[in-house]
Amino acid sequence: MRKLFLGATVALAALSHVQAQTLTMAVGAPITSLDPHYHQLSPNNAVADMTYDRLVNTDGKSRQIPGLATEWRATAPTTWEFKLRPDVRFHNGNAFTAEDVAFTIARLPNVPNSPTSFGIYSRPIARVEIVDPLTIRFHTHQPYPLLPLDMTNVRILDKETHENASTEDFNAVRVAVGTGPFRVLSHRNGDRIEFARNDAYWGPKPAFERVNYRMITNDAARTAALLAGDVDFIDQVPTTDLANLRRDARIALSEVVGTRLIFLGLDHQRGPNENSPFITDNDGKPLGRNPLKDVRVRRALSMAIDRGTITERLMEGAATPAGQFLPPGVTGHVPAIQAPAYDPEGAKRLLAEAGYPNGFRIQLNGPNDRYINDGRIIQAVGQMWTRIGVRTAVEGQTWAVFVNRAGKGEYSSHLIGWGSNPDGSHPLRNILATVTPDRGWGASNRGRYSNPEVDRLLLSSLTELDEPKRQGLVGDALRTALEDVAVIPIHIQTNIWAMRRGLAHDARIDEATRAQDVRPAQP
Amino acid sequence: MSVYLLRRLIQAALVMLAMSVIVFIGVYAIGDPVEILISPDADQAERARAIAALGLDKPLWQQYLSFLTNALQGDLGRSFVFNEPALKLIGQRAPATLELAFAAMFLAILVGLPLGLYAGLRPNGAGAKVIMAGSILGFSLPTFWVGLMLIMVFAVQLGWLPSTGRGETVEIMGLRWSFLTLDGLAHMAMPALNLALFKISLVIRLTRSGVRETMLMDFVKFARAKGLSPNRVIGVHVFKNILIPVVTVTGLELGSTIAFSVVTESVFAWPGMGKLIIDSINVLDRPVIVAYLMSIVLMFIIINLVVDLLYSVLDPRVRLESK
Repeated sequence: MRKLFLGATVALAALSHVQAQTLTMAVGAPITSLDPHYHQLSPNNAVADMTYDRLVNTDGKSRQIPGLATEWRATAPTTWEFKLRPDVRFHNGNAFTAEDVAFTIARLPNVPNSPTSFGIYSRPIARVEIVDPLTIRFHTHQPYPLLPLDMTNVRILDKETHENASTEDFNAVRVAVGTGPFRVLSHRNGDRIEFARNDAYWGPKPAFERVNYRMITNDAARTAALLAGDVDFIDQVPTTDLANLRRDARIALSEVVGTRLIFLGLDHQRGPNENSPFITDNDGKPLGRNPLKDVRVRRALSMAIDRGTITERLMEGAATPAGQFLPPGVTGHVPAIQAPAYDPEGAKRLLAEAGYPNGFRIQLNGPNDRYINDGRIIQAVGQMWTRIGVRTAVEGQTWAVFVNRAGKGEYSSHLIGWGSNPDGSHPLRNILATVTPDRGWGASNRGRYSNPEVDRLLLSSLTELDEPKRQGLVGDALRTALEDVAVIPIHIQTNIWAMRRGLAHDARIDEATRAQDVRPAQP
Repeated sequence: MSVYLLRRLIQAALVMLAMSVIVFIGVYAIGDPVEILISPDADQAERARAIAALGLDKPLWQQYLSFLTNALQGDLGRSFVFNEPALKLIGQRAPATLELAFAAMFLAILVGLPLGLYAGLRPNGAGAKVIMAGSILGFSLPTFWVGLMLIMVFAVQLGWLPSTGRGETVEIMGLRWSFLTLDGLAHMAMPALNLALFKISLVIRLTRSGVRETMLMDFVKFARAKGLSPNRVIGVHVFKNILIPVVTVTGLELGSTIAFSVVTESVFAWPGMGKLIIDSINVLDRPVIVAYLMSIVLMFIIINLVVDLLYSVLDPRVRLESK
């Protein structure tokens, strides 16, 4: 009997030890695939970062740090050379070499049925040259300064294991094998993924032996699971729960200003003497011109927005007023650009100057299920615009419907978000550059803004290998476009995680929720 | 009988064909999934490639025809999002939803029938009044709110039950079931109760009104006059007669519980088909939406057929051929 009791106590102690070594996390967005090259989606990438490594990793501020490559440099205008990390092994024991990198680059464009191919990152590369097992060179078609940045998006696979691996094989865990800090143990689609620590990891060892990564998409249920103690850690804390969680002694929060800008896109497509689809005069008759083509009107609309009220009241402090795409401390931030000040009187004067002393009518469109509080933000902006005489109707729609119509340029003004990578060229090229399909510019330029000066600066930056000089060109282009009020920035969202007290987390500006960033708090 | 079955099968095939056309056109009208799935890094060339890769560059009728050809060979397409066969995805999620739906129906009958019977036999008693008032609550409280309240009380405040998710599972014939483990049952308790609440009320009300109506019938008086024990009168003669509406409604409710338990599944993070379909609609994952709705239509057809067959067992006056 005594023995039995002792045995039970030991077993219990062992059990609680195992529990202490297990981290249960709940994330708000479903992971759609374990294949790191199938679907370019931030939740998928976060999970991929737990299993795989990149040549160039990124730290919490999205700065480039050595990953599977220890150093890299441009050896010629069209050649990048990467030195690879020695003695790295995949989870199955295979050694990591330059062959694996070459294989990965070749696989990127060849993943069948991919809705968002990673082939865009291999496209600039003309030829891959293996110099020796730990040195690899990428020869690009043109001088290409962004190659290391692109490599922060490419997770490296094992040639031997993944030669004929399909996306289904990854999802079935059979070949979910990388060099990363965690091994995948099991995967239940849309429900949970279980990980075990990779004790042979080359980098800093994660604090937890086991990770249970659950998907709880309902906001209230995710918070409740944390409060009930079923999970230790959640992401995407809903703003409505923020005040309560801050007061709760059992809970700790981790937050950082992110890289997702919420902004308004404006109709630049219709000419100065054309009607914009959702703009009329005050009697509801066609205006005969597009007021948004006048920079004074655009500036007035921007000045009319009280960003402080939106971020403090509506967002419960979970956002920062912004005048540009990236927050301070990130590569692409331009110090010279300030968040526009709230000045309704000045806005009215500008409107009168532009020939609209009595304003006009406009409809502001936006999604109502995509960004934090998106439906309420457009309502607030609508009221603020109405206050300066631009009578605003507001329409929120489900994302699937909204984004299709916005993409066709059907709206006069619309709210949308942009989660940027840390380089300023990213929003510049996609949102502010003139729509130019053969260059791949303006793919998300839904307002069809076009400014030759911006295009000229962007073009010269794209082949500029001198980094400070390139940053200067990108910064000038961003400033030119934003001083011209190409879009109206509102705020940058804050990324917030919540955890039981006793845990600590290194918040990431890229929104990624990864187990290696969580550890027991120092007592 | 066989003519009847054959006719039902042909009807079923036509309904499913119509369904596929409606869903196909409906999803097409909402918009372009590539616009939703595409990454912000993608440029126009990549967009064109994705559209071609998913077969969305062809005219709608051509897409539909190729879908139909594949469907006739049992292939309902691959999910745009998961890159797995749509039917496989649905099959993976089905056990979770099925066990939840059956647990809810089981609760509904187990609780609803006796309470309804009691309320029908003693319509003026205090107990009956409490039961009927309770059933109004069961009808009118929104599932979403009740679900969250259950979590707040039983998981967050009292800590008796796990708040969300599915518990431990046991694999039987390649499918994972959680109702065979204690942990699984603990996880299932709240979502099943939440789903069952409405159905319990429904069964109570149907049973009660059935009992009250039947008790006044001549055959009941006759049975009593013949000297049958009250238990036999109620247990056999009355019971059999009130079961017809109960079976009909239970059958249809079972169908809709399986198909549309979306709210409960998302509140409790229950990894079932309801969550799959709502996620798929959000990203316009057409193959999954079409495959799901087709399976649901098929399920309803089968349930209706079973209900019709049950009628003829319960009530000899119902003739299948006469329909």
